[in-house]
Amino acid sequence: MIQINELHKSYRMGSNELHVLKGIDLDIKEGEFVSIMGSSGSGKSTLLNIIGMLDLADKGSYVLDGVPIKNLSEKKAALYRNKFLGFIFQSFNLINYKNAAENVALPLYYQGISRKIRKEKSLYYLEKVGLADWAHHLPSELSGGQKQRVAIARALASEPKVLLADEPTGALDTTTSYEVMDFLQSINDEGKTILVVTHEPDIADMTKRIVMLKDGKILEDKKVEQVRASQYV
Amino acid sequence: MFDLDRWREIFQTINKNKLRTLLAGFTVTLGILIFTVLFGMGNGLKNTFYKFFQDDAQNTLFIYPGFATKPFKGFKENRRIEFENEDLELIKEKFGDRIEYTTARIYKGVTAKYKGEYGSYSVRAVHPDHQYLEKTIIDKGRYINEYDIKNDARIAVIGRLVEKDLFGNENAIGKFISLNKIIYRVVGVFSDAGGDREERNIYMPVSTIQLIYKNTEVIDQINLSYNMELGAAGAMRLSNDIEKLLKNKHNIAPSDQNGIYIGSVIEDLQQNLAIANVLQIIVTVIGIGTLLAGVIGISNIMVYIVKERTKELGIRKALGATPGSVIGMILQETLIITMLFGYLGIFLGNYILNSMGTKLEDWFITNPNVSQSTIIWATVILIFSGLIAGYIPARRAAKVQPIVALRDE
Ligand SMILES: Nc1ncnc2c1ncn2[C@@H]1O[C@H](COP(=O)(O)OP(=O)(O)OP(=O)(O)O)[C@@H](O)[C@H]1O
Ligand SMILES: [Mg+2]
Repeated sequence: MIQINELHKSYRMGSNELHVLKGIDLDIKEGEFVSIMGSSGSGKSTLLNIIGMLDLADKGSYVLDGVPIKNLSEKKAALYRNKFLGFIFQSFNLINYKNAAENVALPLYYQGISRKIRKEKSLYYLEKVGLADWAHHLPSELSGGQKQRVAIARALASEPKVLLADEPTGALDTTTSYEVMDFLQSINDEGKTILVVTHEPDIADMTKRIVMLKDGKILEDKKVEQVRASQYV
Repeated sequence: MFDLDRWREIFQTINKNKLRTLLAGFTVTLGILIFTVLFGMGNGLKNTFYKFFQDDAQNTLFIYPGFATKPFKGFKENRRIEFENEDLELIKEKFGDRIEYTTARIYKGVTAKYKGEYGSYSVRAVHPDHQYLEKTIIDKGRYINEYDIKNDARIAVIGRLVEKDLFGNENAIGKFISLNKIIYRVVGVFSDAGGDREERNIYMPVSTIQLIYKNTEVIDQINLSYNMELGAAGAMRLSNDIEKLLKNKHNIAPSDQNGIYIGSVIEDLQQNLAIANVLQIIVTVIGIGTLLAGVIGISNIMVYIVKERTKELGIRKALGATPGSVIGMILQETLIITMLFGYLGIFLGNYILNSMGTKLEDWFITNPNVSQSTIIWATVILIFSGLIAGYIPARRAAKVQPIVALRDE
């Protein structure tokens, strides 16, 4: 699903250059559930942003579902993001004046899907994350866990090939974090490929594979026995 | 543009963010409002000038005698010049082919009496053609005719307001009215677009006045209208020819500016309209200035709004919004706000102009308004303004980078 080879990324800050990613090789198959770990500043978000086509690599190759991601125009990148990827953020990033259903329907709007089907789909995915009754509530009326579940529903609504989550539990307490992981596990059980950035080992243990970053390189890449989140909720 | 979903999306943002929309729209409303009011007042000014001159036929020449201020052919200076009937006859004879209507005028102030009522009015003793030159409208009875002139008939045609003053609800036609103690029969009642003052005049045959008051042939003024085909240049030539003829006849030096005056409506009208046009241009420039200020205002506020919405725009882009769709969204939003609040401004401006109505007539502003075509123009201007106003904010919006916008602080 994702093939990354010799990926480099630096940021220029004034006169000095910060080499963040120093040759990453990563191969992720369809249906995998991968966590990316590492200390703060190790380049986790940078890697995820490049995979998410929100940022560009300086060097190296990246192929997503057989499509080489290179020299993309902004428009192309937007279309690919919309078609291939679902995003989940630490701070949810819901649009505050849109209710839950409208937030979930937004990526579908950019897919050019009709209003009626958008409505149906958004309700279907809200139901899936257990928030059907909250469809017409604004984000400000939801708890943190509920907001993240709306965000998951939104990420799922466009039926992406890969789900990208940057510290999805970073703003949540332990119980709520496990609830969210429970959802991600069930989605992964259905076959969806998921990448999660986290620095919490217990969260990483709930995925199936852990990639450790250090100083812009992969320090360790190991398959793990998945801890089911359902036992804690 | 006609994407229904886009409209829904925009109406939702506008609807959910009323205060900021109001702020953005306010500058446009104010700009258009001031523009409409100023432009309408400019029109009102022009209306006043038109009204002044629509009273009389526009191809009229007025010829008055004056004072000869230079000695000529043995005649002394400071001679008072007087016209007589033969001057009018001479003009008709010489220039008949270039002239439409002619009339003499003699002015007389009178005290008019009917039964117990009386009042002061001015009499104009004239020829029948005067009716066409002054655009007199006969309400009842008839105007002066050739027969009256020939017979020095003691008849009068009185203004609508003279009838109202002296006769009240009575019909004046056929009644006898006393003017400076001489009795005349009222044969007609007239009205005039020139307003109240015109309608307090009394018309009489030239010959009657000449007979009654000194038995002379003297006349105060000659009015005539020239053939329209002459055009402005031809009219000028005719005016010069008449001046030459009369100066020669009355022994006035050709270079004497004061012996004879010839005035024409056309020149006055053109002059005054030119002034009105200049005023309107000034007013319009000021109006466009305020409109521009409105456009700049909304543009600035939209830039601010885009900045405030950076995060939202980042989210939209991460979810698949293309730069084009973001540009379209902001542009259309600006356009809608501009149009909406612009029309509000036009509406309010029109309301103000209408409620002004006649209140400003003392300030030479008559019926201030903006025409239908101006409003169509304003729409075009509004669309244009909206696009200009939206351009910069839309471009800013397109440049929003999702990673920057979404970075967790
Ligand atoms: N746009 C940018 N411009 C300059 N430097 C950047 C930019 N984005 C990230 N960096 C720097 O690159 C390094 C890696 O950042 P990154 O966000 O990938 O770290 P991270 O592993 O996600 O850390 P954290 O756990 O704190 O989120 C950091 O030192 C950061 O300051
Ligand atoms: Mg990070």
